[in-house]
Amino acid sequence: MLDFQVKEQTTIYDVVIVGSGAGGGMAAHELTKAGAKVCVLEAGQPYDPADPKNITQLKWPWESPRRGANTTRPFGDFDAAYGGWEIDGEPYTTARGTQFDWFRSRMVGGRTNHWGRISLRFGPDDFRRKSIDGLGDDWPIGYDDVKPYYDRLDRLVGIFGTVEGLRNEPDGLFLPPPKPRLHELMLQKNNKKLNIPTIPSRLSILTKPINNERGQCFYCSQCSRACQAYADFSSSSVLIKPALKTGNLTLITYAMAREVLTDPATGLATGVSYVNTLDRQEYTVKGKIVILAASAGETARLLLNSKSARFPQGLANSSGVVGRYINDSTGASRSAIIPALFDRKRYNEDGVGGMHVYTPWWLDNKKLDFPRGYHIEYWGGMGMPAYGFGWGIEGINGRFPTRSGIQKAAGGYGASLKDDYRRFYGAYVGMAGRGEPVPLESNYCEIDPKVVDKWGIPVLRFNYKWSDYEIKQAKHMQDTFEQIIHELGAVPLGPKPTAEDNYGLAAPGRIIHEVGTARMGNDPKKSVLNKQCQAHDVKNLFVADAAPFVSQGDKNATWTIMALSMRTSEYIINEVKKKNL
Amino acid sequence: MKRRDYLKNIGLTSLGMAVVGADAEAAALLDKPKAKTKPKGTGELKIPGGRTKEEAIRDVKLMAEKFFSEHEMKTITVLVDIIIPADEKSGSASQAGVPAFIEFMAKDRPDEFQTPLRGGLKWIDIQSIKRFNKQFVEITPKQRIEIVEDIAYPEQAKPQFSQGVAFFSLMRNLTASGFFTSEMGINDLGYVGNRPNQWEGVPEEVLKQYGL
Repeated sequence: MLDFQVKEQTTIYDVVIVGSGAGGGMAAHELTKAGAKVCVLEAGQPYDPADPKNITQLKWPWESPRRGANTTRPFGDFDAAYGGWEIDGEPYTTARGTQFDWFRSRMVGGRTNHWGRISLRFGPDDFRRKSIDGLGDDWPIGYDDVKPYYDRLDRLVGIFGTVEGLRNEPDGLFLPPPKPRLHELMLQKNNKKLNIPTIPSRLSILTKPINNERGQCFYCSQCSRACQAYADFSSSSVLIKPALKTGNLTLITYAMAREVLTDPATGLATGVSYVNTLDRQEYTVKGKIVILAASAGETARLLLNSKSARFPQGLANSSGVVGRYINDSTGASRSAIIPALFDRKRYNEDGVGGMHVYTPWWLDNKKLDFPRGYHIEYWGGMGMPAYGFGWGIEGINGRFPTRSGIQKAAGGYGASLKDDYRRFYGAYVGMAGRGEPVPLESNYCEIDPKVVDKWGIPVLRFNYKWSDYEIKQAKHMQDTFEQIIHELGAVPLGPKPTAEDNYGLAAPGRIIHEVGTARMGNDPKKSVLNKQCQAHDVKNLFVADAAPFVSQGDKNATWTIMALSMRTSEYIINEVKKKNL
Repeated sequence: MKRRDYLKNIGLTSLGMAVVGADAEAAALLDKPKAKTKPKGTGELKIPGGRTKEEAIRDVKLMAEKFFSEHEMKTITVLVDIIIPADEKSGSASQAGVPAFIEFMAKDRPDEFQTPLRGGLKWIDIQSIKRFNKQFVEITPKQRIEIVEDIAYPEQAKPQFSQGVAFFSLMRNLTASGFFTSEMGINDLGYVGNRPNQWEGVPEEVLKQYGL
């Protein structure tokens, strides 16, 4: 006899949610507060940034034998992401001649534990790009549909920024921003001469307390390590935790979702099957409503793997659009050194985790040779040294005279070299463009016909190529960076990226903003979800991550994931009340 | 929680005992890699805070291994102190534990470091034997500098020393990374963050200095 059985739970939850990141966390938060009995499946481990088991915040580099190098974690030993672009036993593939790197965090709160907290609203134009430039598609909703949820989100989660009145960079309900650091003040002053706006950043970090559960930022600059005072946003701390407190949430960790289960007669979703990654046993959990919030990639994978006689192309995929239009932000960067900052005075300028100022998109694409915009993020200053500190000084110390005006040969050793490190400390500056790609039908993920992961789940195969639009945009970024560096009186480091390397355009997936694999729309033939993020084909199936995005603006996706998840949750609550669900 | 309370809490859990304890622990791990590893089957793996179980297992395994021979470690120690010597402000690279850091990195990133470092150390010994009939650690400090001068300046070095230049640049980079991420190096550099504080903007006198 086979020693195999699927362990079925007898409980029927009101809602089963796959994923505990930004989207799943928000849905769990809203639905449990409304009284629904909710079960969240999380593929990774439990995570609380205040649990000493997990704390890396305020640790020193020498507390890591590799000084925080990224040998085992993609962003280094102290980063709060358990997972990465490669996970042992959980492969994905790419079609020949295409490229996609897929970042996954296996932990409660998902990728919100380490993200940059850059929390930008989409503007009115970001929902209607086709109407503007004829490319891609418009969203079935507009800014006015989402604005009330952005407002609620700002109050619930907390965000700092400044009211600027920029038309396509809508202002939110902001806490006071931190004052700029020295290099940021220099950027603001000099960018002005170039007519490049440089305004306070908009990050979900509490510069003032907003409730009794979460503390206020104490300026250690380490949001990427997750905050033990809960002063930054992560789904685990800010959404899942209060949802658990309601008593209405069952959180199942180490639960790797396999398929969405459906009733062959009605075609409705009945629950989710999963494998427990600790005991490797099969389980199912039943629900009246299923919400997928496993990330754009995992949600597409789940839908495509949920095949049945009734849904031979995968669930909610009568359109064939599931997996199509996947798109990641464009990214390119450049760094420089500011001689005026050599031998600078020391003081604590850690600040918040991330930049205090940024440049929103400022140009008119009608006058440019590419269709969509980008924003610029900046870094620099007297940060905590980590692995890699001082690397490559032989390319720098021969270019600048010493304090006493002597031109040394590059490289060297001894007391004079030791002094160079001190002299250059805090003089580096860097900038990165994050831009909007044009979503293409020809960029897609599908199920690899041959490969399964260690749980036996068929894996994704990515087919992704940048188009000329993105490459031209990256070229424009590089030209802009050079202008900014020049105006700053800084010296660029390394050669300027050229056409040969796509102007430094990062490989798809590297910016970790992939969206669009189950896009919403009014036409069921061209979209997977309706404007409530409800599957056209299965009325009790919803998606609450970045899969519904029709396009992504140059705005980091998280704030919109959460606003849409909130909106979808409210729709579900109303439909249940009306007995439509 | 009130701000004061959580700052106090953080003081207790992280700044107080944990950091001091972890410093000592990390130093012990680097200085005496073997002392930390229990023989198989005795006791349980202790997972340091902030590490996953898989990471902790890997780290313990790496600590228990030895890559460089005693002779190689001696050569590394001489080289790192030529690169970063003690001066009036701080101690030398070896005093900051840099040789142990380099040994760890060679095990942590074998493909990247093992052959370039082992081969480079051999390269420098061969140079030394050719010139002075002795290994690098056995020649006089003056003789060592004679060799270092030939490989320390990438843009001026003679082509026949190019492999030595590449090795010395790698050593320079590892030494700087190891030194300035040690407690001694961070104090030397004057980094004064990584502690709860209230950011009030750039100090007035600095704004004045830069005309901002």
